[in-house]
Amino acid sequence: MKIEVRNLSKQFGSVEAVTRVSFGVNEGELLGLLGPSGSGKTTVLRMIAGLEMPTAGDIIIDGVRVNDLPVQQRNIGFVFQHYALFKHLTVFHNVAFGLKIKQWKRQDIRQRVSDLLRLMSLEGLGDRYPHHLSGGQRQRVAIARALASRPSVLLLDEPFGAVDAKVRQELREWLIRLHDDLKVTSLFVTHDQEEAMEVSDRILVFSKGRLEQVGLPSEVYEDPATEFVARFIGSMNILEVVVKNGTARMGPLEFPAVGYPDGHRVRVGFRPYHVRVAEDPSMFRLRAKLRHVYFLGVAYRLEIETDEGLLLRSRMNKEEFRQYKFQEGAPVSYAITQFRILPEEGTHAPLPASSPLNRGPISP
Amino acid sequence: MRRFLITIVWLYFAVLLIGPVAYLCSEAVREGAATFGAEITKPEALHGFTLTAEITAIVLVVNLIVGTATAMVLARQQFRGKAILSGLIDLPFAVSPVIAGFMLILLFGPETILGTFFGTLDIKILFAFPAMVMATLFVTFPFVVRELTPVLQTVGTQGEEAARTLGAKEWQVFLLVTLPSVRWGLIYGATLTVARAIGEFGAVLVVAGNVLGLTQTATLHIYQSYVDFNYVGAYAVAATLLAVSFAILTLLEIAKARAVASIAQ
Amino acid sequence: MSPHKLAQVALRSAAIGYVLCLILLPLLLIGQKSLVNGLGQFVVDIRQPQAAAALVLTLEAALVTTAINAVFGTLSAFVLVRYEFRGRWFLNALVDLPFAIPTLVAGLMIAALYGTTSSLGAWLKGGGIEVIYNTPGIILAMLFVTMPFTIRAIQPVLMELEREQEEAAYTLGASSWTTFLKVTIPAMLPGLLTGVFLTFVRALGEFGSIVIVAGNIPMKTQVAAVYVYGEIESYNPQGAASVSVVILLISFFALMLLERLTRPPGERLPPLLRMGAQSGVAS
Repeated sequence: MKIEVRNLSKQFGSVEAVTRVSFGVNEGELLGLLGPSGSGKTTVLRMIAGLEMPTAGDIIIDGVRVNDLPVQQRNIGFVFQHYALFKHLTVFHNVAFGLKIKQWKRQDIRQRVSDLLRLMSLEGLGDRYPHHLSGGQRQRVAIARALASRPSVLLLDEPFGAVDAKVRQELREWLIRLHDDLKVTSLFVTHDQEEAMEVSDRILVFSKGRLEQVGLPSEVYEDPATEFVARFIGSMNILEVVVKNGTARMGPLEFPAVGYPDGHRVRVGFRPYHVRVAEDPSMFRLRAKLRHVYFLGVAYRLEIETDEGLLLRSRMNKEEFRQYKFQEGAPVSYAITQFRILPEEGTHAPLPASSPLNRGPISP
Repeated sequence: MRRFLITIVWLYFAVLLIGPVAYLCSEAVREGAATFGAEITKPEALHGFTLTAEITAIVLVVNLIVGTATAMVLARQQFRGKAILSGLIDLPFAVSPVIAGFMLILLFGPETILGTFFGTLDIKILFAFPAMVMATLFVTFPFVVRELTPVLQTVGTQGEEAARTLGAKEWQVFLLVTLPSVRWGLIYGATLTVARAIGEFGAVLVVAGNVLGLTQTATLHIYQSYVDFNYVGAYAVAATLLAVSFAILTLLEIAKARAVASIAQ
Repeated sequence: MSPHKLAQVALRSAAIGYVLCLILLPLLLIGQKSLVNGLGQFVVDIRQPQAAAALVLTLEAALVTTAINAVFGTLSAFVLVRYEFRGRWFLNALVDLPFAIPTLVAGLMIAALYGTTSSLGAWLKGGGIEVIYNTPGIILAMLFVTMPFTIRAIQPVLMELEREQEEAAYTLGASSWTTFLKVTIPAMLPGLLTGVFLTFVRALGEFGSIVIVAGNIPMKTQVAAVYVYGEIESYNPQGAASVSVVILLISFFALMLLERLTRPPGERLPPLLRMGAQSGVAS
């Protein structure tokens, strides 16, 4: 199923929940809708499902405008955040519900449900009631129910929001495998950027009802199109610096800012792993004091305070860290190997800032 | 469709509730305020109000104590026979008030053990104040217990445990922590108790006996007036009780909302 | 034993003792009285034409009341929960009114409005509908006192029923009507059953309002409670006890049935105590 969303908007009373959102979904894709709460992502999902009516814009499925098509006829599968299982029905009947509506034959229903239960690792639970299941099990029942009648698109609203962290991780991996097997076009909503990055083929980043960026996880991470995306995805050091003579300068820090007028304030962003720290205060040009070391399991985070009083974050993998003998409070030196000048708040078009000059490393 | 359904519901309420209430009020004041005033200040009427108030007060206090104790037992303790106990507590709901009064007659009647016992002590139980109080106790028993138990369960024991770690003794824990945490459930149950006690009729009619002279509660007085064709009098006192009911209803709604809110937290 | 434990045991014993004396003992007495001359006499007592008529009338009226209450109560609960309209708060508060009003006063109100002395009553009588001193009046009185039960039992269930469950049904292809039948109503069922059974038990025992509205015409408008009262006043405690026992048994049986039907597996307290919803008793 190919979905296209054009200039979609939704107003609730005087509140604009969604403003002119446009994007396309390719067949078989697993698309992540990412954003903080209130960003409009769930509303967009519900409009595609037909649970909300757009105030403006079009939803086009396989070339046909479906704005007026009722949810019952859109052939979608929807998985709700809190499962919305039918409490008065067993697992079996929950999953079979849609099939009964569509008047499948008894035999076929039984076959399909048992296939799905097996697929979802829910074998033997067919006769249980929802309140006897764990959160993870309930969620899988909800997914099975949505998939039962072979919908053309699967929509998931914060599917892993209500379970423990460990279970979330397992469910995430399981969802990826499931999608690989079934290849159903899927859209899922989440506020967890790690989750979106890990699971999605492409990510849509939302903020305050607008679509900030669409792209591959790597694109969104490496090339944030707006400051919001830069802040929201991953960790970022951000400095506000004034431009003079084509350079944004703050103390010893100099960032080439070609094309910006003098006196202009720009925001410079650089990822923690682009901040290199050395034990030897004379290794790099810039000096700082090591304030704190955090052990993150997979890596280390170093918090350094520059001579000018700026607090910067650096991320270092274990191998590199072990080469040094860092001591909290000791002087260190650092370098910023890559940076970006972030587009102004509210603008979406990246400046000719993609100019390599403005993304360069400031090397020692 | 929506409009239609709402209209039907309004009609249902109008026929069943609003109509009769409005009509009674209009009938009560039909003969004028003076007559109304005269009827409700008659000695029999005043005696009725006083008696009802006395019974209600006693029943309220007893039920608050016993009801709270029972609710604590149900909410906090596990023991064999607990289900039976809670079933028994619900029984007064299933018993017609006339039957309730009847049971007291069987219990304290002249040929019974208890009856003769109290007879020798020259204490009148039946056809007197004590029996009326007991009858009202029976019918009002479940209210405080039922409303308090779920609130107690939801509020939980953590506050009490914290108080104990801070050195509070049992009675302090109860008075300073437990009771305040469930006060709206308690008030709600108390309000229902009061409403029920004021409105009690069948049971006290039976145990107060045939002579409705000196042992007439407000409701019995209304009945007497009605039977004597003194409709104006009956309506007047009834309207007074109705006004009290509305006050109670208001308190009920407030207490219920607060009690539900405290559970929801 | 710690002081805490000691207090608990003392409390428990006191509560159990009180309940046994106040509730169980008197009930046993009635049972004993009805059988004091043997089971045969018991049967004779309740087959007395007047007694039998009273029982049958009470049962019929209670059943009709329950049916009407089930329909209109469900409708009212639905409208009050799902729709927003002017005066909703008013109606919602009014639902509790029968709990706050003495049943005798309720009877008076109904008799006044629908009796022949009022213009409405006269008009109805002209149209052939006699309300008071007749079965419709009994049903009306029973409806009044039982009105809150269904509504209050269903409202919390409806409110808790997440909109999401209904939306889920829509996404699976169910129409609004199918969703109502297959999702909304089954979810409401425990509440509905509770309301219905409580209505029935309450109506069975109603006295105060019926005594005014329907009077005491044997074989015609005498309900069981009024009959029992009559027998007590006529110094026939055995007759009174027999009919009482029948009513009590029906009520207890109904409540136990309700408990069975609405208890989800694993719950130990009866639904009445779990519900936290109110219930009134006949007065």
